[in-house]
Amino acid sequence: MAASSAPRHDVIVVGAGHNGLVAACYMARAGLDVLVVERNDYIGGAAVSRNLFEDYTYSNCSYVCSLLRPEIMRALELPRFGLQIIPYDGGCTMMRDGNHLALYDNHDALRREIGRHSRRDAEAYDRYSRDVIRQCKFIRPLLMREPPDPTSFKPRDLTELLYLGQRFHRMGEARMYDTLRFWTMSAADFLDEYFESEIVKAHFAGSSIIGTALGPRSPGSAYVLLHHYMGDIDETVGAWGFARGGMGAVTAALTASLRASGGEVRTGAPVERILVRNGRSCGVALASGEEIAAKVVVSNMDVKRTFLESVAPEHLPEDFLTAVRRFKIRGSSGKLNIALGGLPTFPSIPDGAPSIRGDLHITDTIEMMERAYDDWKEGRWSQAPYVDMLMPSQIDPTMAADGKHYMSVFVQYCPYELADGPWTDAKRDAFGNTVIDAIARHSPDFKGLIRHAEVRTPWDIEREVGLTEGNIFQGELTMDQLLFNRPVPGYAQYRTPVKGLYLSGSSTHPGGGVMGAPGANCARRVLTDLGRSA
Amino acid sequence: MAIDRTPVPHFRKPLLDTPFHDRARELSQNDSFVPWAGYSTVDVFTSAEQEYFAIRNAATLFDLTPMVKYRITGADAERYLNRLVTRDVRKLKVGRVSYVVWCNDAGHIIDDGTIFRLAAEDFRLCTAERQLDWLLDSALGFDVRVEEVTEQIAALAVQGPTSCYILRKFGLAGVEQLKPFQLAEFDAHGRPLMVSRTGFTGDLGYELWMSPEHAVTVWDELMAAGRTRGLRAIGSQALNMARIEAGFLMPNVDFVSAEHTIRMNRDRTPLELGLGWLVDFDKPHFNGRRALLAQRAAGVRRLLVGLDVDGNKPAHHALLYADKDGNREVGSVTSAMWSPTCKRNLALAIIDAPYHATGSRVWADIYLNRELVWERRMVAATVVERPFFAPERRRLTPPADR
Repeated sequence: MAASSAPRHDVIVVGAGHNGLVAACYMARAGLDVLVVERNDYIGGAAVSRNLFEDYTYSNCSYVCSLLRPEIMRALELPRFGLQIIPYDGGCTMMRDGNHLALYDNHDALRREIGRHSRRDAEAYDRYSRDVIRQCKFIRPLLMREPPDPTSFKPRDLTELLYLGQRFHRMGEARMYDTLRFWTMSAADFLDEYFESEIVKAHFAGSSIIGTALGPRSPGSAYVLLHHYMGDIDETVGAWGFARGGMGAVTAALTASLRASGGEVRTGAPVERILVRNGRSCGVALASGEEIAAKVVVSNMDVKRTFLESVAPEHLPEDFLTAVRRFKIRGSSGKLNIALGGLPTFPSIPDGAPSIRGDLHITDTIEMMERAYDDWKEGRWSQAPYVDMLMPSQIDPTMAADGKHYMSVFVQYCPYELADGPWTDAKRDAFGNTVIDAIARHSPDFKGLIRHAEVRTPWDIEREVGLTEGNIFQGELTMDQLLFNRPVPGYAQYRTPVKGLYLSGSSTHPGGGVMGAPGANCARRVLTDLGRSA
Repeated sequence: MAIDRTPVPHFRKPLLDTPFHDRARELSQNDSFVPWAGYSTVDVFTSAEQEYFAIRNAATLFDLTPMVKYRITGADAERYLNRLVTRDVRKLKVGRVSYVVWCNDAGHIIDDGTIFRLAAEDFRLCTAERQLDWLLDSALGFDVRVEEVTEQIAALAVQGPTSCYILRKFGLAGVEQLKPFQLAEFDAHGRPLMVSRTGFTGDLGYELWMSPEHAVTVWDELMAAGRTRGLRAIGSQALNMARIEAGFLMPNVDFVSAEHTIRMNRDRTPLELGLGWLVDFDKPHFNGRRALLAQRAAGVRRLLVGLDVDGNKPAHHALLYADKDGNREVGSVTSAMWSPTCKRNLALAIIDAPYHATGSRVWADIYLNRELVWERRMVAATVVERPFFAPERRRLTPPADR
């Protein structure tokens, strides 16, 4: 073994995604010597801005900034390091019959808009919002806390359990029942309790399937809907929107913040192995053969990639490995990044409506969404896919030249493994064309405006970003994989069976989305274990 | 200049105009419009104080078209409403109006409003908040039809000591025979007009309900009839002063609908709002009955009461304490005003037991902005009976001319 001549770091973070960088920032600010190593030649993981065609900027993985915790932005001074979140107004679902349902910020405009489809639903919307906000208010304080181990009698775990229990109990009997139902029911059932109009239900159901290998009728999908709402509701102003300059602006600001506190990032440095000696992590070995020593290793890779590919199995208990193997992290979504020569027209969106600047959708019934999921189950991409498409260049002038537009199209569902054999270039093209055709049905000039399109299947996302199966949440957000069960029971406190090895990615509580909370919670755990104050 | 009547899409103009909007715009000197239930309405025409004194001294016109209105018809309409609200609707005779509240199963108030019994099986329910979702859910199992008719009915409140006189001069012969909470159909120069002796001012007054196509004509003719008797248009600020004096509650000011509460302990029951007299435990089952019975037995832990605050500085949003040092917080003010008519410093407040008993003294923590310098005063206040102002003329039938 080649002895490393490099100095020993306090901490090595594997992966320069947003959570890894958040963890690194907190630890560097606490005085630790932190090195982040990144396999790609660019920083950001799944929060990147890429120039792949002319001067278009693509947020080519994550594409909106909704969940990034304001307390993290504040503590790490991200605004000072250049991060600016700009809001957008509304969004809409276009219908096959030429009608549409738009969402407006203005409450009266929204009521009248929903009222075009159902007057009753327009009023039920207030009740729906109330209930979703009630649930968010219960869950939100848990995001930035380490989940307790319910089997432990340690004072910290008991205190945390008590905190959870008290918060829960304080909701009152009726709301406690609601919460239990909510965490386990399907989005379709949940929405049926409020709305009668198909288009209204379809619009709101969208966020219950994004990034998840569940259909709107699968139990557990209601929680996913809430997860996406978390940043949106009753939050500090300006929490939901585009990162100016694309999602890479988030990780660029984190990198600048890290460097300002003395941390460093090495790109083009893929980790081959996390080194373990005497049950303790002691550094990493890069693919180049170089070894870097550290007291602590924080893996920002998902739990499968960390333990099934980067740590030798002899260091790990079999029960733990079995649980990791069983962790659900199924790839279910794809992404198209499109450079447009001009702004496409969508005839169903009225002239002058702000909707075109928001998130656009083309799935107008829950049935259609569930059929799209059926395709995934059978091992093919959805023939009529659910899309979440945005053209941020209408709001953020840095994304494309004047008059040109960048369109981000998130696609649900697209399997990691196809029933008819491995992904090929031809199949990727066919997948891209399916999506483009689906959009073109709502926009006659769309195809003619396409100058370049990057098509990404779950397989591509895994290969490039390193997310197992291309799952954007580093593991599905279902009740069996949340809170003290995330990533696996017994290891929800960012620690692992290997001493000195921690997890900071979205595989840990509270899960995915560009939230930063797992990274911040992980850093707090590391600092506590090292006897440092955060 | 001709007014462009092309419909403007709701995403560009979210608020609707009422049928009286053109008249309101002409008379509004401040151009001060505020949203109310999806409509653009006048806050102040000229001066809130002048408009307020017209309510107490002469007569006023207030556009209450945005009041949400439902028509409830069918063989089970009475049974349906009787389960919905806490009062006994069986006792409501045709041609009468009743002030009501309705609750969820936990006894928490969803809204307050008025029920008009137009015929045995034909009711109108006027509400502050939109209720269609709740009303339709509640209709399951009843032979009843519920439809929102807000946009189909224009409404004007004519309130003040000269209001009856002006209505007669306008042409409503016999309107003086209407008793409080009575309604009747009139013919106003060939235009059907429903009149109810109701209002939100605690004074003599009427509410006029008409088809939107007649709205402007009725407004103009009323204004002409009332010119010599001080009739003037008023905005919501003046009305709010009058309703505090009358001790009436304003949803989203004095309480939050249980349909909107997010936090715990923000819901209110009728007993907590001092509206126990609206709850009839002798009638058959109604929503919230069991919870309200339990609360009646246990006693309320907080109560909405009237306060007479020392000094003359309105106790807006003041926290209330049991002691002058502010050590024990016992409640907070929901509405406050200096009453020009009563010459008392009035407030509505929600106060914990036992401090809510009539005659109790509490301390209000009042913040005063004096030329941009904030000063704090601990001011004593006494819990008093509501209404604060209840002139005899509001009940007198037939009313005096002035």
